[in-house]
Amino acid sequence: MGMDSLIGGTIWDEYSQKVTDLMNNPKNMGEITKEQADAMGAKLIVADFGAESCGDAVRLYWAVDPKTDVILESKFKSFGCGTAIASSDTMAELCKGKTVDEAVKITNIDVEKAMRDTPDVPAVPPQKMHCSVMAYDVIKKAAAQYKGVDMASFEEEIIVCECARVSLSTLKEVIRLNDLTTIEQITDYTKAGAFCKSCIKPGGHEAKDIYLVDLLNEYEKEKMARAADASASGEGIDFAQMTIVQKLKAVDKVIDDNIRQMLMMDGGDMEILDIKENGAHFDIYIRYLGACSGCASSSTGTLFAIENILREKLDENIRVLPI
Amino acid sequence: MRVYLDNNATTIVDPHVFEAMEPYFVQRYGNPNSLHSFASETHPAIKQAMEKIYAGIHAPKEDSVVITSCATESNNWVLKSIYFQYILTGRKNHIIISEVEHPSIIATAKFIESMGCRVTYLPINHEGLIDPQSVRDNITDKTALVSVMWANNETGAIFPVEEIGAICAEHNVLFHTDAVQAIGKLPVDVQSFNVDYLTMSAHKFHGPKGVGALYMKKGKELLPLLHGGSQMGGYRSGTLNVPGIIGMGKAMEQAVDALDFEMSEIRELRDAFEDELLKIPDTFVVTPREKRTPNTILISFRGIEGESMLWDLNREGVAASTGSACASEDLESNPVMEAIGADADLAHTAVRFSLSRYTTKEEMDYTLEVVKRAVERLRSISSSYAYAPEGHESGLDSHH
Repeated sequence: MGMDSLIGGTIWDEYSQKVTDLMNNPKNMGEITKEQADAMGAKLIVADFGAESCGDAVRLYWAVDPKTDVILESKFKSFGCGTAIASSDTMAELCKGKTVDEAVKITNIDVEKAMRDTPDVPAVPPQKMHCSVMAYDVIKKAAAQYKGVDMASFEEEIIVCECARVSLSTLKEVIRLNDLTTIEQITDYTKAGAFCKSCIKPGGHEAKDIYLVDLLNEYEKEKMARAADASASGEGIDFAQMTIVQKLKAVDKVIDDNIRQMLMMDGGDMEILDIKENGAHFDIYIRYLGACSGCASSSTGTLFAIENILREKLDENIRVLPI
Repeated sequence: MRVYLDNNATTIVDPHVFEAMEPYFVQRYGNPNSLHSFASETHPAIKQAMEKIYAGIHAPKEDSVVITSCATESNNWVLKSIYFQYILTGRKNHIIISEVEHPSIIATAKFIESMGCRVTYLPINHEGLIDPQSVRDNITDKTALVSVMWANNETGAIFPVEEIGAICAEHNVLFHTDAVQAIGKLPVDVQSFNVDYLTMSAHKFHGPKGVGALYMKKGKELLPLLHGGSQMGGYRSGTLNVPGIIGMGKAMEQAVDALDFEMSEIRELRDAFEDELLKIPDTFVVTPREKRTPNTILISFRGIEGESMLWDLNREGVAASTGSACASEDLESNPVMEAIGADADLAHTAVRFSLSRYTTKEEMDYTLEVVKRAVERLRSISSSYAYAPEGHESGLDSHH
């Protein structure tokens, strides 16, 4: 929240001058006819994307040189709002002179950046970013037609947020690494969900296969499962806060990992009898077994080693008392 | 030239209204509830204003017209109070609203639905109208309230509140109507039919923003939504918005006086404009004109997305509106168009022109020329109106 989100504003005020100019006078608006393409010795590609019933539709015309794959001419028609028209126009412009393979690499983010007046100021407000996504999709559609392949073959990974082009794998990784628990955090870290917001949860502008809330739920479940495991062993909990069972398990684990092997090599062993809180101290009562019992070091060197490792790993107020 | 045709969103404050309000900011600023002359010098104007508001809707003196901050507050108040009084206590479990109510009804209904109330959303038909029979069909002995707006803000469609009120009376169910789009456009008389609660908003009829009202029939009083210093008889606490109330009173008086003008001259202006618009090929109006408020047209231009239409209109100084995709921050298509079940391709093409008694013939002539230019330009850009080469399938992807 904060003041800016409280009063809102007119989305048009946030358009760059370039967006405004392109909406008023799109440069590449129009068609390429078969005759025009033939005259250039080019192959005509006409690709449609979107649907009028969804509020956005674009048709891209390419005249492609079949020998070099270079897009000689590129034009568009669009049913959509101002940003959809401006984005389509910019997209058509960016295609010109590129090979089909190069054109496929143009993303909606490139389109948006090309419409900026100054490098740091977005060309359109966040909720309009999705308008440029269609520009990206229609290029793939056109390229697929030209190459006679499926459009999906250009998509290397699953994109969850199309506006910011954030992939499923990136999102999963960022959520785990940073222990993200809210949509706002995801948006801060990845920009996913910052724009048209369709990818946040069902019910937005577009239906999606995967939503950010699903990823958070998935991670939450995963954490809960891990926490359930951890709470059995007391992992991750402060030693002082552990239940007596967790304390015993934790001590046993430290002994197992660090001490027991050493003792057993000398034909001995130890067991933990009890843990008592004694003022600020945790008194751990142990009993030496086998060769350890009666060993001279058992009340000096070995004892200090046990005590040190437990203090280091669990709590500095631990005292080890052999019985 | 700048032309304001978004009067269903808000209206110009009538200069007489402003004039009536003005002394109550700097000269007579007392809190009416205090005990001194600064307070009492506000009383006559407040009383007068209240009388005008009562008269405007023909409310008898024993009923209550409580001044609120806006129609949203009034609508929230009705639904939430019904929830507290009837649903939460287990006496009833159900309310009925239409699916095209203002967001202040829809969102509040969804909220109380999440708190356990059953909500029926009445559909509208292909003309954007409501069949009163659907109210009867959905009422049960557990229905606490029916809330149906008097006139729809998007289409101007007038809903059959008299019939619905009668059905509610028959079944002993409370009836609320959001009359925000009716005041000043239709005769409103709360004694001429059965209605228990009625919502008003001053800024929709040339009054100031930030003041609305809720009419409550005697014996059907709600629990207060705002508790506090017991202003407005304890029904709505908060220091009285003195200039607001005075402005609303004056605006109501003016609106009632201008009603005949609105229903004749403005209707004629609207109809003539509409006739001309419909001469443009592939344009559609949903609700028949005689079933609409006199000032409203919701029209679709095939092949033109609503927001781009607004863009071109605005470039030439014409202010209209659309609830369709891209225009609002929600990026949803026009809910009314969806509800009507209009041709899906038209869901994002609706543009609303709403006139007022300040609209002139010159303005409408100018607007017509602007619309024609916009349609021509935008259809030349439109992929839906584009040439498709031979053998090219024009069937578009179902991407969304």
